[in-house]
Amino acid sequence: MVEFKDISKKYDQVVGVERVNLKINPGELFGLIGPDGAGKTTLFRMLTTLLLADEGVILFDQKNVVEHFHFVRKNVGYMPGTFSLYQDLTIEENLNFFATLFGTTIAENYHLIKEIYQQIEPYKNRRAGDLSGGMKQKLALSCALIHKPLVLVLDEPTTGVDAVSRKEFWDMLKRLKDGGLTILVSTAYMDEATRCDRVALIQKGKIMKVDTPAGIIHQYAKPLYAIRGQKLQQLLNILRDIPHVISAQPFGESIHLAIDDKKNLFQIEKELKTVQANVIIEKITPTVEDCFMDLMMNQDEQ
Amino acid sequence: MNNNYAIEAKDFTKKFGSFIAVDNISFTVGQGEIFGFLGANGAGKTTAMKMLTGLLRPTSGRAHVGGFDVWKEADKIKKNIGYMSQKFSLYSDLTVLENITLFGGIYGMRMTEIKEKANELVHKLGIEDFKNRMVASLPLGYKQKLAFSVAIFHEPRIVFLDEPTGGVDPITRRQFWEMIYEAAERGITPFVTTHYMDEAEYCNRVSIMVEGKIMALDTPERLKQQFDSKNMDEVFLKLARSKHK
Repeated sequence: MVEFKDISKKYDQVVGVERVNLKINPGELFGLIGPDGAGKTTLFRMLTTLLLADEGVILFDQKNVVEHFHFVRKNVGYMPGTFSLYQDLTIEENLNFFATLFGTTIAENYHLIKEIYQQIEPYKNRRAGDLSGGMKQKLALSCALIHKPLVLVLDEPTTGVDAVSRKEFWDMLKRLKDGGLTILVSTAYMDEATRCDRVALIQKGKIMKVDTPAGIIHQYAKPLYAIRGQKLQQLLNILRDIPHVISAQPFGESIHLAIDDKKNLFQIEKELKTVQANVIIEKITPTVEDCFMDLMMNQDEQ
Repeated sequence: MNNNYAIEAKDFTKKFGSFIAVDNISFTVGQGEIFGFLGANGAGKTTAMKMLTGLLRPTSGRAHVGGFDVWKEADKIKKNIGYMSQKFSLYSDLTVLENITLFGGIYGMRMTEIKEKANELVHKLGIEDFKNRMVASLPLGYKQKLAFSVAIFHEPRIVFLDEPTGGVDPITRRQFWEMIYEAAERGITPFVTTHYMDEAEYCNRVSIMVEGKIMALDTPERLKQQFDSKNMDEVFLKLARSKHK
């Protein structure tokens, strides 16, 4: 449905993205996962014909986006990272405006937005500028869907959103995907990767890995353990001085420890237990965040 | 009120018309304590922080920040705190040294002191090569670390960190928390908001606001016991969802 072929873009001398190759299948919920400055927005802006690539080709429904920019603009629903609706228009006026621009009406495509729009419809005469963050987000999503796009592009829709609302937003995306829509979404929250069919991990303008979340986790090759104890900082300091330790990173209530060989665990455990006798160590499956950090460290070494 | 607390609030309230944004909150934060200030969007965190930093007058209640009264000494509060958010940090069209000098100057530090400390700082952050370059040219991870260092450059008693790690890569995010720990060890009190629930675990104590009220306040360990949860994410979901429509 969407294909990036050898896409590069520089801003002055600074790399935006470098030789990006990605293929997003029809009906897929595809995640672009990476921190600010990784190049996520640059890719989305080139896809949505708001920015020209220096090199490479982007295909949208098998058409070159530069030559067929009218087709792309007609058939893409784009929700930018910053709220870009008219603050001084009401909810209904904003939605009406976008429907009219695309030669349709709210009534005609109401079924597409029904589930989302119904949550804000009781306030339809309220100005967009007076809405809470969550309501703005629902309005922006409704406006991006009202013209029945082939592909929905969402740039960091959950940035600055609390943990509860984030989960609800992803539930909403899941239902849109189940309705057959192709969705491209970017996020800096690593835990959201598991909500996607496939993800691309991106850092410093380069794609480090593309796979299903399970596939990415499966490829993590090092023995990984979670360590729980009283003073994690103390344990961290000890771990970082042990040569067999590849990485020791705090993960909330535990430390995730990657080591060179599982046969060395016994020795590490012994060292930790000399300072904290009740320390608990268990083998764990990595999270996407573990994989991302591992790939980042490899990238930095290169 | 007790001057040993970094922050002390009692029945602190803010109303906008009939809407109660902050509803009678009372809490204390000890000097050097890492205090996590959590809540869903719209729960009242930003309003409470604005009142605590002297930017917004409360409707009723009392609060002392760094020993100063929010009603009468808002100007002294501003001088004795640091502030950093994901959105506002540094001026990208000034150099690293210019930014440090500007903020040091605003907080009334002497030029000789600024110069000396500025050199130490760029050395410590490993950005000596960047010191005479625009902040815009600095890699993002360094930008956030520099922004934090500038926020505590004048050694404030309290530093307010409003989602300081939003959008930051996972390695820098962890290095950033090591800097927060270091600051706390020096006696600076970090007052932190975050949407990363793993970061809630790194705080000494955490408060969770729901619809203007503080619904829970304790160490992460005890909150997990109290709400029968395996991690802070679960605690947060249980509390925030209980009131969620």
